[in-house]
Amino acid sequence: MSQSKFGRYGGQYVPEALMPAIEELEDAYQRYVLENEEGFVDDFRARLRDFGGRPTPLQHAEALSARYDREVYLKREDLLHGGAHKLNNALGQALLAKYMGKERIIAETGAGQHGTATAMACAHLGLDCEIYMGERDINRQRPNVFRMRLNGAEVNPVTTGRGTLKEAISETMRDWATSVEDTHYVIGSVVGPHPFPRMVRDFQAVISEEARDQVIEKTGGLPDSVLACAGGGSNTMGAFHEFTGDDTDLYAVEAGGSSLEVDEEGGVAPNSASLSTGSEGVLHGARTKLLQDSDGQIMESHSVSSGLDYAGVGPELAHLVDEGRVTPVNVDDDGALESFHRLSQLEGIIPALETAHAFAFLEEEYEDLGEIVIVNVSGRGDKDLESVIEETAERDIEGAPDMDVFQGGL
Amino acid sequence: MSGSRIDEAFADGPAFIPYLAAGDPNIESTKEYVRALVRGGADIVELGLPFSEPIAEGSTIQNAIVRSLEGGMTPDAYFDLVEDLDIGVPVVCMTYYNLIYRYGEEEGPEPFVRRAAKVGIDGFVVPDLPAEEADPLREACDEYGLDLIFIVAPTTRGERLRRIMDRVSGYVYVQARLGTTGARTDVSDQTDTSLGRLDEWDVPKAVGFGISEREHAERIVTGGADGIIVGSALVDIVAEGDTDDGTVAERLERKARELKEGALAGGESRPQPERP
Repeated sequence: MSQSKFGRYGGQYVPEALMPAIEELEDAYQRYVLENEEGFVDDFRARLRDFGGRPTPLQHAEALSARYDREVYLKREDLLHGGAHKLNNALGQALLAKYMGKERIIAETGAGQHGTATAMACAHLGLDCEIYMGERDINRQRPNVFRMRLNGAEVNPVTTGRGTLKEAISETMRDWATSVEDTHYVIGSVVGPHPFPRMVRDFQAVISEEARDQVIEKTGGLPDSVLACAGGGSNTMGAFHEFTGDDTDLYAVEAGGSSLEVDEEGGVAPNSASLSTGSEGVLHGARTKLLQDSDGQIMESHSVSSGLDYAGVGPELAHLVDEGRVTPVNVDDDGALESFHRLSQLEGIIPALETAHAFAFLEEEYEDLGEIVIVNVSGRGDKDLESVIEETAERDIEGAPDMDVFQGGL
Repeated sequence: MSGSRIDEAFADGPAFIPYLAAGDPNIESTKEYVRALVRGGADIVELGLPFSEPIAEGSTIQNAIVRSLEGGMTPDAYFDLVEDLDIGVPVVCMTYYNLIYRYGEEEGPEPFVRRAAKVGIDGFVVPDLPAEEADPLREACDEYGLDLIFIVAPTTRGERLRRIMDRVSGYVYVQARLGTTGARTDVSDQTDTSLGRLDEWDVPKAVGFGISEREHAERIVTGGADGIIVGSALVDIVAEGDTDDGTVAERLERKARELKEGALAGGESRPQPERP
């Protein structure tokens, strides 16, 4: 059986009612994913290719390379079906559920990217699908909600707490505790109880598998650094995994939000930088680094990018940071927005706000990143246009389009 | 078994075990409510220490936890509350592992358990701590003479059940149905099957999840339970506040009496197991 821990992190901190389902999943992960029983992995790879559009390109970014005077390569996960890396995991887990004989899929979603990827995968595979989403996120992400409905998924609003990702995960776990016998929970990141962090990483590792081959082919060698944004950490682990044995520097770029300070009284951390500033604790089934107060109550996180807005992080990333293998860094909301506009103008790529964090770090620290840099473009930014219009109007951002065009009213 | 206060609570027939979220809606009210439940016949009190992410709770108790946290409940305030209670029946702390793990300066569960023992807590139920992760807490409980109660679900069988029963003390919390906590209007058949699987162990079996009426209590004790655990039905009364039917405390006492009578009636209609 696979290891349930990464150093001191990970484990299986879940209600007893879920343990048999988790053991069943461990067994299925071992047989189908690790041992390719019934040709599961071949089937998965074929579907990623034909339905998902893999492999995604590793593009040489000409304007950025000139700007920073080094070779910058973009791993274009924004070109994956659905517009983000999320499908790698959603399709893998939905297919696994099908091999396990489960008929119903449930999933949580924050910004809606994992929800839409899961809804697509379920429609593709003919599985019933229900998505839990915070009420507040539903209102912030209406196009994504409609995309899920278009693919035939039910979207269940979660009204407890602040109504964001953290509450949606808790609510999906509650559903699973009632429905374990015929339902699989497609968790959206490298978080949760074992075997989820390991299994989601394996499904996302296709990013670095391809990128590693592609960069060798294009440059004849390995990159000096790989940059990826980090919320829960699924695109991060996907982009890093195959490089962990190499000499390449790995930077996990977290959301610094509006400040790294913590409002203990209000229970709010105005950032999502759990690797940079968090402390060890247990949340949603795993021991990991968390944003929590001194009593151990979980803080409300915040980021301009709702996809990074989570108080925890994958246990393997926490471990790799402790080991010194991954360097956690963070950039604030302003830097992310500036980079959003910069990449759109210089490279003709509108990135997700999550992804824009990685580019903001590149802008700030390029001098220390070596000759060859890969940035994982985890998703495209169409979903964020409404927030970007709002947030840009509040700031004076160099290179942002003139907002006067909207003065006639939206 | 060592003869803890919790063991003694099961010695004279079926036990009634009410649950309330501490600090819902404030600390003084909780003390008053707990005393009302004891007057109504509570043999053990499960007092929840609210955690911000209560993944095992249904909406009734989630809302109680929100009210309590908004009222400023903290682990230290909780310990002070328990220390002031002086109710003459054992108190079981129900909470999530992060609060236990984070408490105090030193790493691990020991500081929390030490403080709990000092204020008169008799045991713990930790819904997100399966047997696999429980050894550090079990050791700390042994050191301070506290019981560690585990939940068994309708899906818990075979090797898993054995692993849990090797570590449990006080009582085993038999989850009557799949899902989260919350009052229901019927009683699950899964309960009898679950109780049947526990026959070979002589630790007391208390059934919870979904019990809200006298008839449920009677039926479950007739089916072989040594105790009943009632949470959401009582938390509902707290949430309603005072009504024309009486104050919260009066209605809690009445409800407790009714459930306890149900449990006793169930106990009479089956042969009592012999206890040393």
